[in-house]
Amino acid sequence: MNLKETFGKKGAKTIKNGIWREHPISSATLGICSALAISNKVENAIAMSAGVIFVLILTAVIISLLRKIIPSRVRIIIYMITIASGVTIVDLVLKAYWPTVSEAMGPYVPLIITNCIIMGRAEAFFVQNPPKLALIDALANGLAYTYTLMAIAIFREIFAFGTLLGVRVTPSGWVDWVVLAAPAGAFFVLGVFLWITRTAAGIEPPKSS
Amino acid sequence: MGETSLLSIFITALLIQNVALYYLLGMCPFVALSRSLTTAFGMGAAVIFVVTLTSSANWVIYQILEATGSLIIQYIVFIIVIAACVQLVEMIMERFFPALQASFGIFLPLITVNCTVLFISLKVTTVDNLSYIQTVVYAISAAIGFWLAMVMVAAIYEKLDLIGKVPKGLQGPGIIMIITGIIALAFMGFSGMV
Repeated sequence: MNLKETFGKKGAKTIKNGIWREHPISSATLGICSALAISNKVENAIAMSAGVIFVLILTAVIISLLRKIIPSRVRIIIYMITIASGVTIVDLVLKAYWPTVSEAMGPYVPLIITNCIIMGRAEAFFVQNPPKLALIDALANGLAYTYTLMAIAIFREIFAFGTLLGVRVTPSGWVDWVVLAAPAGAFFVLGVFLWITRTAAGIEPPKSS
Repeated sequence: MGETSLLSIFITALLIQNVALYYLLGMCPFVALSRSLTTAFGMGAAVIFVVTLTSSANWVIYQILEATGSLIIQYIVFIIVIAACVQLVEMIMERFFPALQASFGIFLPLITVNCTVLFISLKVTTVDNLSYIQTVVYAISAAIGFWLAMVMVAAIYEKLDLIGKVPKGLQGPGIIMIITGIIALAFMGFSGMV
């Protein structure tokens, strides 16, 4: 691991935390709406991840550059406006270049605005750290989000439709698991995913309130 | 959905295309607050209130934006309206209904980032192009649907907490996902009712 040499000690720690220790989906259970809703086809999952990474990076740079002049009382509104502008860009680009994907994702594109990963990182990290660290954190969290979405989407697309990126991969006698394409299937797959990752990462269960 | 009757909008939004169980939205507060029946109840009530208010406000604003040809700033305007509504409701409640504020006021700030609220505002304008009355009916029934799903999951989770031996890694968010999945499976039975 040469992470320390490339990014410095703090940078390396940020990456490790983002990708594994404080994984946004499995540890903090943030941003799962889109992880559930968009993960039935790999193609949509790719578009969604790209959108989220783009908005994360944009927010990280803007918020960390402005962190000294943002008054703390109105900071939430400022995050919102930054994120919403980024999402507007993503939406317009998708509509112009990938109209089919844009159609399939429908209102889930604007819902990136309320993806709690971006908001959560802005409040917890971007607003307190210099642009370089914020950028690394944004990338790490975006990567963690992407691989989770990919894992779930690949699993669901193969078992629910028998295809991968639209190409048939299953043998001819294959019977599709229809339930996995339905919303209920998304809950089950994510539930099992959380089970595996939380056990592997040794995350303590929350105390019942 | 131009000519759809109000009753079918109500049933569709409440049972068939439930925001939580069909569109899979609002999951962050769902997972965080479904661990206790009382908090789920309070959050659900706050959502019903805010959703009705913001989507009626956003419907009017959407018509203005459309008329002036400035739809490009739609998302920014919507989210600001939602944040402002939440702030306003909080202030009014603090001033006039302190008892109500104490019971579900703590959930209000969280609602700004609840995707259900933004989704319903977008759905009634951009996606479905509903009339004003339809918008109000849709907003109320979708929000009640969210409340219903949340309370159901919370009730099951509380019972499970008393008797169940859930594997360690599955406790918390994991088991809530599984419970919600089973309820979503049951709700699939409603499809085709309208």
